[in-house]
Amino acid sequence: MSEAFLYTVEVFLNGLMAGVLYALVALGFVLIYKASGIFNFAQGVMALFAAMTLVGFQNGQVPFAHLINATFGLHVTNFGWNLHSVVAVFLTVLVMILLAWAVQRFVFRHLVGQEPIILFMATIGLAYFLEGLADLMWGSEIKTLDLCWSAGHCLPQGGNFWIEDMTAGLGGEGFYGFFIDSLDIVAAVVAMVLVAALVAFAQYTKQGRAMRAVADDHQAALSVGVSLNFIWILVWSLAGFVALVAGIMWGAKSGVQFSLSLIALKALPVLMLGGFTSIPGAIVGGLIIGVGEKLFEFLIGAPFLGGATENWFAYMLALLFLVFRPQGLFGEKIIERV
Amino acid sequence: MLDQADGYTTADGRKIGPVVMEMKNITLRFGGVEAIKDISFDIREGEIRAIIGPNGAGKSSMLNVISGFYVPQEGQVFYQGQPRPPMKPFQVARQGIARTFQNIALFEGMTVLDNVMTGRLTHMQTGLFWQSMWKGKAEEEETANREVAEKIIDFLEIQAIRKTPVARLPYGLKKRVELARALAAEPSLLLLDEPMAGMNVEEKEDMSRFILDVNDEFGTTIALIEHDMGVVMDLSDRVVVMDYGKKIGDGTPDEVRNNQDVIDAYLGVAHD
Repeated sequence: MSEAFLYTVEVFLNGLMAGVLYALVALGFVLIYKASGIFNFAQGVMALFAAMTLVGFQNGQVPFAHLINATFGLHVTNFGWNLHSVVAVFLTVLVMILLAWAVQRFVFRHLVGQEPIILFMATIGLAYFLEGLADLMWGSEIKTLDLCWSAGHCLPQGGNFWIEDMTAGLGGEGFYGFFIDSLDIVAAVVAMVLVAALVAFAQYTKQGRAMRAVADDHQAALSVGVSLNFIWILVWSLAGFVALVAGIMWGAKSGVQFSLSLIALKALPVLMLGGFTSIPGAIVGGLIIGVGEKLFEFLIGAPFLGGATENWFAYMLALLFLVFRPQGLFGEKIIERV
Repeated sequence: MLDQADGYTTADGRKIGPVVMEMKNITLRFGGVEAIKDISFDIREGEIRAIIGPNGAGKSSMLNVISGFYVPQEGQVFYQGQPRPPMKPFQVARQGIARTFQNIALFEGMTVLDNVMTGRLTHMQTGLFWQSMWKGKAEEEETANREVAEKIIDFLEIQAIRKTPVARLPYGLKKRVELARALAAEPSLLLLDEPMAGMNVEEKEDMSRFILDVNDEFGTTIALIEHDMGVVMDLSDRVVVMDYGKKIGDGTPDEVRNNQDVIDAYLGVAHD
């Protein structure tokens, strides 16, 4: 096999892995959009907020330390303990559920029946509020995220040597095997499990059935005794959980920092491709964008266009889709009766 | 014979029980428009009660008041003898009042079976945790409720389309699936909003038969709105007639048919 081909395969594989992370963020969007018609611009910030809260708990940081110190003239920063990762994750999940409740109780409960654009604006407000809250609670410095379930068993970093060794023999002298980030593999597996669990939850449980009912028809859902409020809190909690997973993966990869919230923007072209209402669509869309932008950069961008095409390729692809298939690959067909 | 508190027996020998639902001086306004003006009537256990009237008479509004979709400005709803506080529609549903909609509100993306199973939601008690584990009580509950759903599906003769997504079904069948979903809740009061609207003669006959069978087999109390006068008179035990938001008649089909106000306002001229 020629080396050029092998490198292309490697780029393809890495694209798939990057795509998984896009898909994770897009998944959170789809959950909320399906159940309530709200396009949640704050999904990316929720990932950031979740990751910061997790790290804050792990390091035993005092929340709102700056505020407390400035108000009472104290100098507290740390509780002086380090929480076990599993406990910290559990606490963060609780915080995300609390957030879901608060968002529903204080924002969207008052906006029931409003135009989609108003709901969208509310989520933009929510995004900035959350960003400020994260800053106020945990400070704005960049933090590293290490998730360890027991001593020495942490989220892996760096390339996967096993894959490198196993594939090194495929090419000639100059080929050292596929370089694939171990963390990306973990992320892919976690994402698959998460999607399978979500689909199973929606298909086979009572609450999942109620969730699908609400996604389909609000009035009918009410008439069979489903509380819309409960389902919306549930959906925002699930989206919060998905955001936490995405936040952990992105945070472990590139540090917990405020630019994390910008990954929400990359989820937009993913949704254009996959359709706003389809969970499989979010996954496939994420993978296509991930692979597409990496391959494009490798085959066309870097040699002919001066590189850095990854910044805009996804949006160009989304634009093409908007022209030829506005409902996305898996979205519901938009049919309007005249 | 209608004023006996503990019920009466119909001509065809069905036992009608005491009052389940009583509407007292209900007034409903939308801004300046009075959709319902000071209406009182009751629904007895086991009977088929019809609400009729010309377009815009306020029939659907009345049904929406009973099912909690609208909250009346004045008046009081009594359910099973108790005054009912203002409630959300899902709370009313949990009290055992199921309904169908005039313009069919099914879950189009789900199969017929799934739709009927949503009707069982009010009977499923296990919480989020056990449901997610999908073990023990959650599993038993699903099986038990599935049995009820299948029974209803058999009863309404829609076994053949159990696994078909609702969106693919023709109109008449959708109406029947909606009835199945409402029935799956084993309601103590079943509200049908124009169950035969837009149907051809054959479908109407089928639906009438099902409504009678449901009432006969399960003893379900049914309140229905209908345009088709002939159908209503054949089906129902007692009829409320509304016009411009007011009640202009209330009684057995025969009484209503011979009521001069009703003839003037609704029937115009007696056809037979």
